[in-house]
Amino acid sequence: MLKRVVMMAAALLAAGTAGAQEAGGPQLLQAGNDITNIDSLQRGARNFMNLCSGCHSLQYLRYNRMAADLKISEADLKANLMFTSDKVFDTINSAMPADAESWFGKQPPDLSLIARSKGTDYVYSFLHGFYADKTRPWGVNNLYLPNASMPHVLLDRQGMQKPVYKSESEGGGATMELVGVEPMAPGALKPEEYDQFVRDIVNFLDYAGEPIKAKRESMGVFVTLFLLVFFVFAYLLKKEYWKDVH
Amino acid sequence: MSDQVDHSRRRLLTAATVGTGAIGAVFAAVPFLASWQPSARAKALGAPVEVDASKLEPGQMLKVAWRGQPVFVVRRSKEVIAQLGNHDALLADPASDDSEQPDYIKAKGAARAINPEYWVGLAVCTHLGCSPLGAFEANNQFQVAGTDLGSGWPGGFYCPCHGSKYDISGRVFKSMPAPKNLAIPSYTFSGDARITIGVDAAPQKT
Amino acid sequence: MAATPDTADPVKSTGLLGWIDQRFPLTKLWREQVSEYYAPKNFNFWYYFGSIALLVLVNQIVTGIFLTMNYKPSAAEAFSSVEYIMRDVDWGWLIRYMHSTGASAFFIVVYLHMFRALIYGSHRRPRELLWIFGCVIFVLLMAEAFMGYVLPWGNMSFWGAQVITSLFGSLPVIGGPLLEWIRGDFVIADATLNRFFALHVVALPFALVFLVAAHLMALHEVGSNNPDGIEIKKTKGADGHPLDGIPFHPYYTVKDIMGVAGFLLVFCGVIFFAPTFGGVFLEPANFEPANPLQTPPHIAPVWYFTPYYAMLRAVPSFAGTQIWGVLVMGAAIVVLFFLPWLDRSPVKSIRYRGPIFKVALAIFVVAFLVLGICGMKPPSGIYPMLAKWCTALYFAFFLLMPWYSRLDSTKPVPERVTGHA
Repeated sequence: MLKRVVMMAAALLAAGTAGAQEAGGPQLLQAGNDITNIDSLQRGARNFMNLCSGCHSLQYLRYNRMAADLKISEADLKANLMFTSDKVFDTINSAMPADAESWFGKQPPDLSLIARSKGTDYVYSFLHGFYADKTRPWGVNNLYLPNASMPHVLLDRQGMQKPVYKSESEGGGATMELVGVEPMAPGALKPEEYDQFVRDIVNFLDYAGEPIKAKRESMGVFVTLFLLVFFVFAYLLKKEYWKDVH
Repeated sequence: MSDQVDHSRRRLLTAATVGTGAIGAVFAAVPFLASWQPSARAKALGAPVEVDASKLEPGQMLKVAWRGQPVFVVRRSKEVIAQLGNHDALLADPASDDSEQPDYIKAKGAARAINPEYWVGLAVCTHLGCSPLGAFEANNQFQVAGTDLGSGWPGGFYCPCHGSKYDISGRVFKSMPAPKNLAIPSYTFSGDARITIGVDAAPQKT
Repeated sequence: MAATPDTADPVKSTGLLGWIDQRFPLTKLWREQVSEYYAPKNFNFWYYFGSIALLVLVNQIVTGIFLTMNYKPSAAEAFSSVEYIMRDVDWGWLIRYMHSTGASAFFIVVYLHMFRALIYGSHRRPRELLWIFGCVIFVLLMAEAFMGYVLPWGNMSFWGAQVITSLFGSLPVIGGPLLEWIRGDFVIADATLNRFFALHVVALPFALVFLVAAHLMALHEVGSNNPDGIEIKKTKGADGHPLDGIPFHPYYTVKDIMGVAGFLLVFCGVIFFAPTFGGVFLEPANFEPANPLQTPPHIAPVWYFTPYYAMLRAVPSFAGTQIWGVLVMGAAIVVLFFLPWLDRSPVKSIRYRGPIFKVALAIFVVAFLVLGICGMKPPSGIYPMLAKWCTALYFAFFLLMPWYSRLDSTKPVPERVTGHA
């Protein structure tokens, strides 16, 4: 009986996680970030505040919460990470004026929950997916978000990429299918450095999506240990009483 | 049923299970009780408030909201300040022994202010929490019954709900519904008349 | 009421308890319902899920009450109030995860609890009404879960509600007006959210608690079934108690405490280490605010609805209406109510049933799980065909039961229960 339950649960789990991975498009890259790595989070926060926060807000994250969780002092916070007239207890708003829509075609989205709604792999891939495309307003398109309205902010770091097509002749006409990107011009960072640079930002966004995550997991260890003790006592108690039952 | 029941083992295991369960229940209750604490947003809204009192004329006051509560800032003239200690006999708690204020305010005696020229206090009556009104004109309707406060009397605060009367340092008169003087929040000056309400002057540790 | 020697004794209590007992039947209730409720001594693993379901119900009510303290049931504020709970309220994240994980746990536990009834014949005479109360609880639970899922006002909440309420629109003639009446607007909107909130936090929990009480009263009236499917009340000892029964307290209280401890290990494991459960318990698309202008790429209900959702999609529309799928989905639940009368086997427990039932049950379980998977997947590839076949198998299991359950061979049922776990 027990075995059947375990098998059922396993089947459901497998089906469920497979269901969650439903999406077309190219295979995503693996972000491989670690939210317990404070150094990476601090670098990610700095990069985000310097490069992203001009357009993207984190409307559910407060500066002082971020500083406390990331072990950043208030002085450092004010000096290096706050560029608007916000107060330390405010949430992180972008410096973007209300008419930003007319510049980009759409309001740059809030990124508080991007790592939860799209996944860290998606964000990591997206920041690796820009390629040259003269037909787009900013001269770039994105492998993972076709016709993205965002410019390639990290262009001088990554360098420009060009698209890779696979030509398919199906039926009458040949179609060009976009299958990937490859380097075209080098950037200021080596590829591994750029990967780490993006990984730090993704790590920070992962943190921003659920600030309690690291603490939650470490707390879970204690809860589990405590419940194990409780279970052992309950098991022994049950055994003792059930000696009566023949 | 078994003849030999080990009662002591049963008691021990019952105590262990019930004890662990009770500890677990207490741990489980903490998050629920703690969720009633002021949230991060409430704390953000309750953060210190800066007031520029430089535009106040003597005898004028302004009211600001701090942590959702009204706070008075009153500018007092030299004459008013000079006679603050003259009516201690009429007050319920002239030295503010039973009232709420930071120690550095209590140490200032009758003035109850860091700078006697600017009085800062919570506009919350200590009786039932109404907001008192300021009444600063000499010989205004605010008189303490049966007492001649003299023509130099500078007025004070008057609570419209139950008639409690306070002097211009927020000290309550005797035999009023209100038991204590108006509370004074911690505050500090960052300029001649720039007051930050909600923080002490002492350097803050972060 | 059966006057057994023990319960016939007048309650003798003193002190505060005595004072209460003279005014309220506290000791009497405790004896009748717990310390002298004789349950079969051979309950096995499957019998944990009733008490665990009760625990989950309490968890949902307590965490739910605390969530309402910070949640704002309005289209403008709902989404951010949930994030406010997750971030700004002390421990709000834990309370929210306990509630969201509890919802899924509730269905896991209830499905297993129902499966237990199915294999040991707990729905059979004299427990038909007990089973029907249980089925009503199941239906209410689905309504409760559906409305609860709308409240976070994420994009999946919005579109899930849009799709499911549209089912009512497929009814002939009254469909359109009914749909507007349910939504209180022309789409899912603020009014819908507000009324779902009222039903989710007040009306349905009230009804659920009432029905759970009725379910327990019915259980204690007829007595518990057991893995052998025999009535322990038939064999009573000299003291008037069933020979194969043991008092619920202390034997099943200590056993259920152990079961609860085991459950909590798993439950807290999910809460602390995988609260979204890989996107199954909390779906990624629901971390985006509701957007009436943009449907998520793939709409699927939460996992516990997917078997029924797959049936809905498996039936094509014809004669100009898509009502057939809705009817099939409704029938799949209604058929459960008739189970006590569909089963004609002379024995209750699977232990003494023949191969036909065992095979039929195995097919049914597989069909149900496959339907669950089909409902999560987009309707393309092999899934629509699988869903059609499994829907047919689901109904065949129930509708052919009067025949195959009678045809099936049986083994002799013992007089007394066999062993205990």
